[in-house]
Amino acid sequence: MGWLLPFDNLLCMALGISFTVWFTSLLVFIIVPAILGVSFGIRKLYMNSLLKIFEWATLRMERGAKEKNQHLYKPYSNGIIAKEMSTLEQEIQELRSSSTTLSSEPEFEMADIMSFCRRGVESIVDDEVTKRFSAEELESWNLLTRSNYNFRHISLRLSVLWGLGLLIRYSFLLPLRITLAATGIGLLVVLTTIVGFLPSGRLRTYLSEKIHMMCYRICVRALTAIITYHNSENKPKNGGICVANHTTPIDVIILANDGCYSMVGQVHGGLIGVVQRAMVKSSPHIWFERSEVKDRHLVAKMLSNHVADKTNHPILIFPEGTCINNTSVMMFKKGSFEIGCTVYPVAIKYDPRFGDAFWNSGKFGMVSYLLRMMSSWAIVCSVWYLPPVNREEGEDAVQFANRVKAAIARQGGLVDLLWDGGLKRGKVKDTFREEQQKLYSKVLVGDQEDQAEDRPLEFSTLRPEEDEETGRLDRQGEEQPLDSLRLREDCCLRLQGNYTLRPPTEEKEKKEEGDRLGGPSEARPQEHCPLRPET
Amino acid sequence: MGSRASTLLREEEIEEIKKETGFSHSQITRLYSRFTSLDKGENGTLSREDFQRIPELAINPLGDRIINAFFPEGLDREDQVNFRGFMRTLAHFRPIEDNEKNKDPTASEPLNSRTNKLLFAFRLYDLDRDDKISRDELLQVLRMMVGVNISDEQLGSIADRTIQEADQNGDNSISFNEFIKVLEKVDVEQKMSIRFLH
Repeated sequence: MGWLLPFDNLLCMALGISFTVWFTSLLVFIIVPAILGVSFGIRKLYMNSLLKIFEWATLRMERGAKEKNQHLYKPYSNGIIAKEMSTLEQEIQELRSSSTTLSSEPEFEMADIMSFCRRGVESIVDDEVTKRFSAEELESWNLLTRSNYNFRHISLRLSVLWGLGLLIRYSFLLPLRITLAATGIGLLVVLTTIVGFLPSGRLRTYLSEKIHMMCYRICVRALTAIITYHNSENKPKNGGICVANHTTPIDVIILANDGCYSMVGQVHGGLIGVVQRAMVKSSPHIWFERSEVKDRHLVAKMLSNHVADKTNHPILIFPEGTCINNTSVMMFKKGSFEIGCTVYPVAIKYDPRFGDAFWNSGKFGMVSYLLRMMSSWAIVCSVWYLPPVNREEGEDAVQFANRVKAAIARQGGLVDLLWDGGLKRGKVKDTFREEQQKLYSKVLVGDQEDQAEDRPLEFSTLRPEEDEETGRLDRQGEEQPLDSLRLREDCCLRLQGNYTLRPPTEEKEKKEEGDRLGGPSEARPQEHCPLRPET
Repeated sequence: MGSRASTLLREEEIEEIKKETGFSHSQITRLYSRFTSLDKGENGTLSREDFQRIPELAINPLGDRIINAFFPEGLDREDQVNFRGFMRTLAHFRPIEDNEKNKDPTASEPLNSRTNKLLFAFRLYDLDRDDKISRDELLQVLRMMVGVNISDEQLGSIADRTIQEADQNGDNSISFNEFIKVLEKVDVEQKMSIRFLH
């Protein structure tokens, strides 16, 4: 067995050399540029070549399908069905106008049921809400099994390519990224703790900024995130609040890569808790205990105090309250819009071709999500900084929130929805059904004021005090409704069956099949996105 | 990541559903995609809870009745509907195409014929499936549609009037034929059709 020993030495030497080479190239090509904030453009090159490969793959699949004379399943951009655009009222009135009797008696037609029925079945086939909580479907395959539905049509060449891709992703990219992530987080914790020992002052702030930026840049490279920032002149300034649409916890890293923000969130245990405590040592972030989270006055007060001090960084908040799949923007909770400072809206749009960034928290825990992210090709996204807005005279917080939401949706090419993201887990409140019933009754008995206006306070009783936003995970899933009478017009839009406010730039919605949501709510891990203050 | 291959629809199944319902190949595939996205339990069937999870259906006053239509075997809580059953029910809402009107009369009536659409609507009223809409059943549906906004007396008189107008054989309930007669002027084809895209 003596002849093994030289091999042993050789092996050790080989390993040692390769490790050194590996680490040096890592340092030179990735870490040092990250620290200095320069880029070699490697990632852009990578992205472009990947795109070409994907297009080729899709063509092959189409050809393969044609040869077998079958149809290639393609998620059509225009959806499954074309919905009727008329309101419920209009439809029912049509029925009435066909009969010529004009009586003050309530008129009921047996055919009325058909309108309700059809709308119900339409929503079974295609509704605006449930599809927002699973990953988007892609038009072309990106060589990841997780996003392919056409296994039959894969030729041998394609399979080889896929296998190659798998190999590259898992044996090269994944370890690389994990190393980088570990480096980034490690540096963050260590350096911020060190800086924390310095006395408060300009030096400390300056150093802390630099450290944060550096570590976020490393993390960005750890994810191979290729980010394009638009309109940087509108970047959030101190003493304001930055709001953005929420798709994934990675949003934080993406935004923090380009500027310093103060995070808001719940205190977690474990590794995240360590990171949180370290971050707080060098610059002010707002971390809440779980019990404090429900106290919305406390939350509001702490936020106000923070923005009042102009030396503090802008606060980063995601008002949707939960991760949405980046095809739409759902209801913004009004809490951050009540504080009365300048709001800097930011729109984030991910390109799903390289790896879907959406965190389906019902299906994947945090760790498996990060592993998926790190074994995708890349995360490509665009960030638009929108001009700062302030609350206008006579506008209440909810209208302000909706205005900001519409602007973000328009910029990002997303669908603007009035539905609450909390519907991911909770049930719809009965009041919405009651609205529909009221509408129909009006048609039936005419505009009798005493009956229809009987319960005008219906909406105001649903004041936010009663609703717990982040406590959602313990409770039965209390739904947060539209909470102001002044949103009547929006309610009517919904009652018409037109549940979305389409942005002027008409965006073709992509239908997705996506991953199925599963798992009981108890098993769901906590999303440690920054806190969405409940309204 | 999971293996999706096991739940892909087989070509034979697609052909069978095509024959039975008249949907096209791509429509069936897309509807299957929708079916699986609703199927949270991932067991190939939908339960009532799966339907109720759709917010737009949950706020529809007749939501529960519509869900019932997918489960023909009665009101058992444990009911599950598979994809075939799902498609069969949806087939009622296909628009009536002209070429189908000229099909040979010996073939069984397509699921989306006018009569079958009317039968679907009739069954929304007729909960106990005795082929008659009694005054109580009518009242139940009316109450679901108007909520608490109309008084009992008014609702009762609406029901009475409706039955009076429709009833022809004097049994104080509406049979299917009487139902058809009442709705003969209504454009059922348009009202009970959904425009499925190709």
